[in-house]
Amino acid sequence: MAQLKRKLNGLRRSPRALVVVLFAGLLVVGSGYTAVQAAVSPSTAVTRSQEQIDLGKRIFLSNCASCHGKNAEGTMNGPSLIGVGEASVDFQVSTGRMPGAASGPQLEVKPVQFTEEQISALAAYVGSLADGPSIPDASLLQANGDSTKGGELFRINCAMCHNAGGAGGALTEGKYAPNLMGSSEKTIYEAMLTGPQNMPVFNDANITPAEKNDIITYLKYLQNNRSVGGDELGNLGPVVEGLVAWLGMLGLIIAITIWLGAKSN
Amino acid sequence: MYDAGLRVIHEDAVANPGIEPHRVRMTEKSVKHEKNAVRQVAALFTLSMLGSALALYAYFAFPISEDLTTVRLNTLYLGVGITLGLLGIGIGAVHWAKTLMPDNEVSEERHLTRGSDEKRAAAIEIINLANQESGFSRRKLIRRTLYGSLALFPLPGIILFADLGPSLGDKLRHTAWKQGTRLTKDPYGSPIKASEVTIGSVFHVIPEGLMPGEENYLEEKAKAAVLLVRVDPDQLIETEERASWSYQGIVAYSKICTHVGCPVALYEQQTHHLLCPCHQSTFDLIDGCKVIFGPATRPLPQLPISVDAEGYLIAQSDFHEPVGPSFWDRSVQQ
Amino acid sequence: MSNTANTQKKNGFLAGTANYVDERVGVGGILKEFGRKIFPDHWSFMLGEVALYSFLVLLLSGTFLTFFFQPSMTDVIYDGVYAPLKGAHMSIAYASSLDITFEVRGGLLMRQVHHWSALLFVAAAGLHMLRVFFTGAFRKPREINWVVGFVLFVLGMAAGFTGYSLPDDLLSGNGLRIIDGMIKGVPFIGTGISSLLFGGEFPGHAIVGRLYSLHIMLVPALILVFLAVHLFMLVIHKHTHYSGPGRKDTNVVGYPLMPVYVAKAGGFFFIVFGVIMLIATFFTINPIWNYGGYDPSPVSAGTQPDWYIGWLDGALRLAPTGIEFMIGDYTVSTNILLPLVVSLVFLAAVAIYPFVENWVTGDKREHHVLDRPRNAPVRTAIGAAGVMFYAVLWAGASTDLIATNFKMSLNQVLVTMQISLIILPIVAFLVTKRVCLSLQRKDREIAIHGRESGRIVRLPHGEYIEVHEPLDPHDLYKLVDFKDYKPTLARPNAQGKITVAARVRSSLSKFYFEDRIAPATQTEIDEAAHHAHEIEAEVQKAIESSK
Repeated sequence: MAQLKRKLNGLRRSPRALVVVLFAGLLVVGSGYTAVQAAVSPSTAVTRSQEQIDLGKRIFLSNCASCHGKNAEGTMNGPSLIGVGEASVDFQVSTGRMPGAASGPQLEVKPVQFTEEQISALAAYVGSLADGPSIPDASLLQANGDSTKGGELFRINCAMCHNAGGAGGALTEGKYAPNLMGSSEKTIYEAMLTGPQNMPVFNDANITPAEKNDIITYLKYLQNNRSVGGDELGNLGPVVEGLVAWLGMLGLIIAITIWLGAKSN
Repeated sequence: MYDAGLRVIHEDAVANPGIEPHRVRMTEKSVKHEKNAVRQVAALFTLSMLGSALALYAYFAFPISEDLTTVRLNTLYLGVGITLGLLGIGIGAVHWAKTLMPDNEVSEERHLTRGSDEKRAAAIEIINLANQESGFSRRKLIRRTLYGSLALFPLPGIILFADLGPSLGDKLRHTAWKQGTRLTKDPYGSPIKASEVTIGSVFHVIPEGLMPGEENYLEEKAKAAVLLVRVDPDQLIETEERASWSYQGIVAYSKICTHVGCPVALYEQQTHHLLCPCHQSTFDLIDGCKVIFGPATRPLPQLPISVDAEGYLIAQSDFHEPVGPSFWDRSVQQ
Repeated sequence: MSNTANTQKKNGFLAGTANYVDERVGVGGILKEFGRKIFPDHWSFMLGEVALYSFLVLLLSGTFLTFFFQPSMTDVIYDGVYAPLKGAHMSIAYASSLDITFEVRGGLLMRQVHHWSALLFVAAAGLHMLRVFFTGAFRKPREINWVVGFVLFVLGMAAGFTGYSLPDDLLSGNGLRIIDGMIKGVPFIGTGISSLLFGGEFPGHAIVGRLYSLHIMLVPALILVFLAVHLFMLVIHKHTHYSGPGRKDTNVVGYPLMPVYVAKAGGFFFIVFGVIMLIATFFTINPIWNYGGYDPSPVSAGTQPDWYIGWLDGALRLAPTGIEFMIGDYTVSTNILLPLVVSLVFLAAVAIYPFVENWVTGDKREHHVLDRPRNAPVRTAIGAAGVMFYAVLWAGASTDLIATNFKMSLNQVLVTMQISLIILPIVAFLVTKRVCLSLQRKDREIAIHGRESGRIVRLPHGEYIEVHEPLDPHDLYKLVDFKDYKPTLARPNAQGKITVAARVRSSLSKFYFEDRIAPATQTEIDEAAHHAHEIEAEVQKAIESSK
């Protein structure tokens, strides 16, 4: 008994033990995550060709592995991508957020660096590593839902960060929720589904696919119908209205009063 | 005649040279300029008439319908017409005054604001007479009872307003949450299974049974709104007493800010911070929602939750403290 | 009798009407008294008019709105033309506001005119108050009028707040929620007052109707009463004027009411109305359709009140963390009471300022000639500090917008503003005072030595001088005609004691007048002119001899 204990103690202290423990931890977390994910986003049977996956892997190794690890297991500079699903990759890369620049509290939208084919390949590769949220089917992106329900859901779930008119808003420590007025249906859907960075995850049990469609319908309505009252002033609210009143109206009126009181020639 | 106070009067101050001589305007020297000015004023007034006519025309020419662009067009042309109608008159009138009306500056003498000594004396005499004839100063009893009656008569008028609102009693101490109440999604009310709440999600929650259009819907919602979040259970910092209030890393907190009552609705998934958009109070979700920034003081109240037989999330009881902004006797035991 | 009738017929309709009215109202006397009253003409005197005219526009546009708006909080399901709200629950107040916007011709225009005009009303009143402050127009006999004006400003804020809360939308509803939270935090009576105001628990069904009564009846009535008093005193006191040739404390210089002033001021009404209409036609204000009806659960990022309430919201945001405390079982909501007290103290300071300054200077004469701000350095510096304090609080209400739009950290912006609130007013005071004194020195320099002409002359013995042009007496007078004060020592009273009040007055007088620049006197100007003459003579000699 004591001999066994000593042997085990020896093993525990060996450097190989560290590897074993890390691997076990990753296995537990990874499978735990996917188990829970599986409960709420039944993975649609996605057709990924081996060609796509291979292409994606090549692109991945040259552009993403330095931060996300050679097997997408994560490093100090970037989280694990195992289980994030094709939707995450499609969102991050097609909006130009990824490849990420290191500095700043939040990923910025930048010019997109890959073609659609390359993005699909990347998504296919990451999606093949483990099940995760998949790219929404086109039928969910028709913006043909109920804009009233969409508006109500938007105000309850989204407006506190993105502003009631979709103008965007502040989070803490320099982070922010972006303006939504230029976003496509697919981007909006994927953002809700994957919860990029500090945006919460709105899985399909929380906001159902039909409800996501409603929200997209509402946002598309806002995008396509400019305000009937005239220039929207960025939809930034009473602060900007106050500035316009002081600088615009009062400024113009003061200029007129100076003309009014000046002696005519 | 008045004390100049700390004012320093310089005996050798510069003397006042009198009003500047009038500077002759072009419209006074040249008939051509005068005629031009007349034409300009008339043109402005005519522009005004055209503007008003445009407004009248636009009101009927741009009817509004379900298509919102019609609202924009009607607003635009009506507005432009009225604007021209107004500005034409205004600028025309001012231009008329500046160019054609005499602009000689004139001086008018002021007199002291106070009345003259004679007027004052007469006023004092009148007051004295009134005092004498009424006996106001002499008759102490009358005077004092008059003051009393004048002081008291407005009071019923004030007390009339007491029925503006009923006493709140202990309404602020209870919400619609009770033992076994299911947590449902805001606003349509479908119940939530624990397995649906994944790590990184946030659900906006109302108690089951709260339906829009019902009697006290908004009043109850204003106390019962809750945020539901799942975090890694190992990350949760819980006191012994509250360890049973969460369920496998799922926690529920009141959404009503303890500062002045706005919904604390922003959840930052990676930092586990809740941010209130009104005055930026920030709460740490994994540490009992205590305040880490901003003007709030008290942590958000936590709703103890559990699951029922079918796996749906339920409340174990009402909140253990009043939700929302602080009030004077909030912590007094009832 | 018949003679008069014939005369009337001969002089025509206008004369007849005038006669008819005069025989019943005595309007002839009024015309005689006021028709040629003199009004000084300076653009800075028109700010009060801008406020007055915006108020008239508010009355006109507001009356239109009252014919369509329904102040009821009863729940209803929207069935109007705005698609994203069709089928949604909302109050009748919100629904009627949507109807005004989308289904009444000119409804949206009038709503926008009304709201833009409200913003302009308070802004113009505020700028007018600043003009009155910085020119010392609040001095005797106008101290009471200052207080009346102050009350008007506060009433303007009340009118605006009650007004924008009427549509019962998400944005203004959250504002009411904040007000309720603040009221509940008041010790002892807080929850009681909250219930009285809202008719029970928040939000209740009463508040919109009650705010409506205040907004269309009580507050406008009070504004009209105080406005009448304000204008009445203006007529009694006559308007002030800036110092200048021909202007004294004993006269008023300007143009007669009829016809010049009627044309300019009357025309100005149309101009102000026109500018409001122009902005209302092209710029959206308060897009209530984006917010939805009020619900205590959703909230929009960027929740701010209208600008004139901004400083109060900023005060709430800038309060330090965690200052609420308990006395036994009772909660003292310091995080709300501190901003409340600070705001009230600020308002009180504004209201009583004329009386404080009057006590310090002890100057009991009437003042009708205005100060140029530079000639009252400490008053101007105090005003600058006050404006800076208000401005930082106002900016404090938009911390989240500043963070988002200028890519900064919300937290850093807030902490910076907390520090600025204390530091910047002090800096503003010091810098402003020094700038005023420097400007005064420059004025003195120009008054005594004249303007630099740019002509440089080299005298025979090698000295270079710049020739200065003496000022025209009219321009000179503007530079030297200002009131000069000196500080006083604390003197014992009749009983031989130096009271605390006397000591305080003495220190304040030192604070105000220790650093002073006296106006240039005739003696100094003559001396300098004499000296200049001598140099000019030398210059001439030199020119002659070089020929």
